Amino acid sequence: MLSDKDRIFTNLYGIGDRSLAGARQRGQWDNTKALLALGRDKIIDEVKASGLRGRGGAGFSTGMKWSFMPKEIDPQRPHYLVINADESEPGTCKDREIMRNDPHTLVEGALIASFAMGAHACYIYVRGEFIAEREALQRAVDEAYEAQLIGKDNVHGYPFDLYVHHGAGAYICGEETALIESLEGKKGMPRLKPPFPANVGLYGCPTTVNNVESIAVVPTILRRGAAWFAGIGRPNNAGTKLFCISGHVNTPCNVEEAMSISFRELIDAHCGGVRGGWDNLLAVIPGGSSVRCVPAHEIVDCPMDFDSLAKLGSGLGTAAVIVMDKSTDIIRAIARLSYFYKHESCGQCTPCREGTGWMWRVMQRMVEGRAQKKEIDMLFDVSKQIEGHTICALGDAAAWPVQGLIQHFRPVIEQRIDQYTANPHSDPVREAAE
Amino acid sequence: MSVRRLTDNQPDSFEFTPQNLAWLEKQIAKYPDGRQASAVVPALWQAQKQNNYWLPQKAIEKVAELLDMPKIRVLEVATFYTMFNLEPVGKYYIQLCGTTPCMLCGSDDLIKVLQRRVGPQRKVTADGLFSWLEVECLGACCNAPMVQINDDFYEDLTVENFEKLLDDLAAGRTVKTGSQTGRVSSEPAGKLTSLTSLYGDGAK
Repeated sequence: MLSDKDRIFTNLYGIGDRSLAGARQRGQWDNTKALLALGRDKIIDEVKASGLRGRGGAGFSTGMKWSFMPKEIDPQRPHYLVINADESEPGTCKDREIMRNDPHTLVEGALIASFAMGAHACYIYVRGEFIAEREALQRAVDEAYEAQLIGKDNVHGYPFDLYVHHGAGAYICGEETALIESLEGKKGMPRLKPPFPANVGLYGCPTTVNNVESIAVVPTILRRGAAWFAGIGRPNNAGTKLFCISGHVNTPCNVEEAMSISFRELIDAHCGGVRGGWDNLLAVIPGGSSVRCVPAHEIVDCPMDFDSLAKLGSGLGTAAVIVMDKSTDIIRAIARLSYFYKHESCGQCTPCREGTGWMWRVMQRMVEGRAQKKEIDMLFDVSKQIEGHTICALGDAAAWPVQGLIQHFRPVIEQRIDQYTANPHSDPVREAAE
Repeated sequence: MSVRRLTDNQPDSFEFTPQNLAWLEKQIAKYPDGRQASAVVPALWQAQKQNNYWLPQKAIEKVAELLDMPKIRVLEVATFYTMFNLEPVGKYYIQLCGTTPCMLCGSDDLIKVLQRRVGPQRKVTADGLFSWLEVECLGACCNAPMVQINDDFYEDLTVENFEKLLDDLAAGRTVKTGSQTGRVSSEPAGKLTSLTSLYGDGAK
């Protein structure tokens, strides 16, 4: 278990002072100038060496992503950092706590990351529903401006402007190119890649889009050294991670833990165990709604990190752990996610626009058992035709939960169909034509 | 995708208040010259707040005029983003999260409460106080089930404390936002399991 001295978000729950003064007491903004004095290349090298993998779900190396930005800055095309705070993945609620309770980690991280990429302006795109969080973050930004920590003329000698922007309730805007479109004042429809945002991003300029948590951990990594961060967790899965545990545990919570902590330890140490005991565990969605669910016996002793969960055919995603006990109607739980993806598809690509709705309608019948067994294979097949055939990953994200359900809980679906057909129901009996 | 259309009953005009116009100027200044279209979502949101939480056609046209955008581009944005209400809502507009994490923790029961007390979705009660809508994940899953009423989140709901919340709102009493069971934010209920060296073992 991670000890408090290795925790980065020391005011995660908002129990301490949320203001700049409180943040300074907890060690934030402590000689930030010395961190910037490391220079662009050294900062990027440190972040690479720390093994930090993006916290927004894909798990791509953050330092590597930063290094894709052009080294020379064309004065006609300024660089931008865009921070993705459009936290909408079902199960995920970690960035919210950073923004409202520990916002200075993010503001300081934004300055350092922008410096490392040669960006003088940064936009934080907060999801529209997070109104109180947006205001809390804006207060922190205002405080930082007032204390001249950021701004055109600041104590760090690097002109830097930070703006808080917001969306209006579209999940798809969490996809980086959709987010850029939305920030430019358009519908949030993802762009084709390439060109990648590092070459053509916001307003056609080089842009890097990073998750809130990825940026907020950077100041501490630089202060304590890459080796400290890399020493936590298993190789290739370094660092501390915010886990959001929801569903059927005794005390659901957000908690910062070491990467690669086992599922059992995570739940026992922080969530008071599974509701009704470990024998009552049915399945877990370990990384937000977009990953495949994992049945109880496979996950209990699995390390919670990118590679271990990928081996189970699932993923760490945003580390939003949705726990389901045996009282759960697993078909309905996944069908509800299918509805989510149907609702949130932007409608740009046909496989996703039509496919998400189709999968949801079939899933709804499966919930009742009003289906034929051969439709299970058909559903799996259609989900495979959506996966990988769309501009962005929403198509994949819609397909995976359904695939996970069929892979692990096919007998439950079949049993439901048997029950439905065995019982008298109100469907009209079809008569053969004469 | 969801089908979203403008309502038939539209007011004849919409004007931003002088305060909101000044506010909008400041928003536009956040973006580079010529990129004022970036302010379209904040502008529409402010228009919606000024207009009792719903967005009439005239407001959409006004925003297009102020940001020098074609009307159709702003209409596209207004119909794409689901937080823009295109028809009138109650004074207390309840958005209930029904996605899986909340569903696992009992949002079905809250839906029954709303159906009984407020009626079907999108329909404003006769006294104009309430209307409700089931929405997708609002990002407070560790505090499920939850609703958003106008700007504020109300979390850790049960049938009992939700009914009380609705009673209090209807009676005009002040209500507590956030957790309805006394949690500060998303720490484990009861004793803290982390950060105890800083804050002891109890949040409460």
